Amino acid sequence: MAIKELKRKPLTFAEKTYLPQIASGLIITLKNIFRPTITLQYPEERPEIPEGYRGVPTLVKDPNGREKCVSCQLCEFVCPPKAIRIIPGELDEEGDSAHVEKGPKEFEIDMLRCIYCGYCQEVCPEEAIWLQDEFSLSGYTREELIYQKDKLYELGGTLPDNHFKWDKKKSAEEAGNPH
Amino acid sequence: METVDIIWIITKAVIVAVALLSFSNLAVLAERKVSSWIQGRVGPNRTSIPLIGSIPVIGTAMTRLGLFQPVADGLKLLLKEDPVPDHVNKFYFFLAPVAAMMPAVTTIAVLPFGQIISDGVVVPIVLADLDIGILFIFAVSSLGVYGMILAGWASNSKYPFLGGIRSSAQMISYELSMGLSILPIFMWANAPGADSGLNLFSVVQHQQGVWGVIFMPGSALLFLVSIFAETNRLPFDMAESESELVAGFNTEYGSFKFGLFFAAEYAHIIVGSGVFTALFLGGWHPLPFLSADLLPDGLLGAAFSIGIFLFKVCCMVFFFIWIRWTLPRFRYDQIMKLGWTMMLPLAIVNLVVYAIIFAFIDG
Repeated sequence: MAIKELKRKPLTFAEKTYLPQIASGLIITLKNIFRPTITLQYPEERPEIPEGYRGVPTLVKDPNGREKCVSCQLCEFVCPPKAIRIIPGELDEEGDSAHVEKGPKEFEIDMLRCIYCGYCQEVCPEEAIWLQDEFSLSGYTREELIYQKDKLYELGGTLPDNHFKWDKKKSAEEAGNPH
Repeated sequence: METVDIIWIITKAVIVAVALLSFSNLAVLAERKVSSWIQGRVGPNRTSIPLIGSIPVIGTAMTRLGLFQPVADGLKLLLKEDPVPDHVNKFYFFLAPVAAMMPAVTTIAVLPFGQIISDGVVVPIVLADLDIGILFIFAVSSLGVYGMILAGWASNSKYPFLGGIRSSAQMISYELSMGLSILPIFMWANAPGADSGLNLFSVVQHQQGVWGVIFMPGSALLFLVSIFAETNRLPFDMAESESELVAGFNTEYGSFKFGLFFAAEYAHIIVGSGVFTALFLGGWHPLPFLSADLLPDGLLGAAFSIGIFLFKVCCMVFFFIWIRWTLPRFRYDQIMKLGWTMMLPLAIVNLVVYAIIFAFIDG
């Protein structure tokens, strides 16, 4: 391959004095002074979180206000830093939670361990755990940053999906063909 | 001299020194604000003093402008722990910040910053109206290099040492062109019939018509570049070179001693701007061809003339800051090359050209 030699243009006299360049640089910075600032006044103004952002993992409820998590513990197994701990629990057979298979008795995520990889969200068969837009955590103790179930649901809110899994199961059972 | 006179002189000196230090504090704020504006940021806008900061419009505006920030910064520097490393030479280590601060506060004494007209006689507002004003300024301000050399040497550590060496070499190199560049101004002010010596006040009075910068742009440029080098401002920021020498000569300093260095840098800028204003920007004369003698007699006119002078100084300080956030730093060898092979010959040529011009005019 032939070597192409690029000749650098010799500096003109004006360039050697630096002065025109300095003047043009000064004009550029002066223009910048009058441009609007791009600073985000953080605690008052919040950045716009893009869709698909992997923030804090949270638990969500279905449109009926029931827990989506069925404590299958897949997230607990997949979690690389072992931040999740689930104690499965039985649910009431009657009332609101009828036909719901199972629910977690306790669900903890240690936010100090969580690495926000999103595997839990990926693996969850019930779409119950979501990494949402919350990104700033703080606490005074380590215990405070182990988020319990109620805190996780508070952060997660309700997922307005249209699966209605347990409603379908209920109506299927009422129609006489469970499963 | 009577006791009253002495007290009056001391009062004036204290007022001027305090004003200089407060202005240098404000210059720090200006530096932070202007730099942030140039970089598209906002700058300090949170610091607030509880009661004053909560006055509806004024208080919030002051907070947004960061006007309380210098107070907080100063207090922080005062109250911080003052570490003195074991390996330093204690005496010179403590002497260095004082030596850095001293020239700035001393040179302000001979710098006239206004005029007062009483009974038709124009009197300068200055602490000491010396006949050898500019010589005094040069003599004292070149002592400023001792602050850096002492800091660099007494710190007994490689980065301050390099910073001190560099800045001393640089200051010595640029002092020559600095002195030569302003000689034409004094040749002009000392033309036959206008015998003013080296007094700064008479130089300012000589610029009632044409300002020095209009008549001698070359001198003005050379002097401007030289005071940039003398005050160790970017693009001649050899003393600090923060990208390669940590913080240069003041690496080992903290707390109030660092604060002194910091304030001294800005005090030097203000004094340098003041000297430039007096020599080239017509001092307190409002506009070229518009003399300050139009100002009213007495204190009102004096206040106006001080205001005009301060306005020009503030513009110069802004220019210093503006340059800093525009240009990158020269390499050390480039600075030396610029100083010895460009600035010095140009200053000599400038001097000779104006000498010939004056010879023709006067002859």
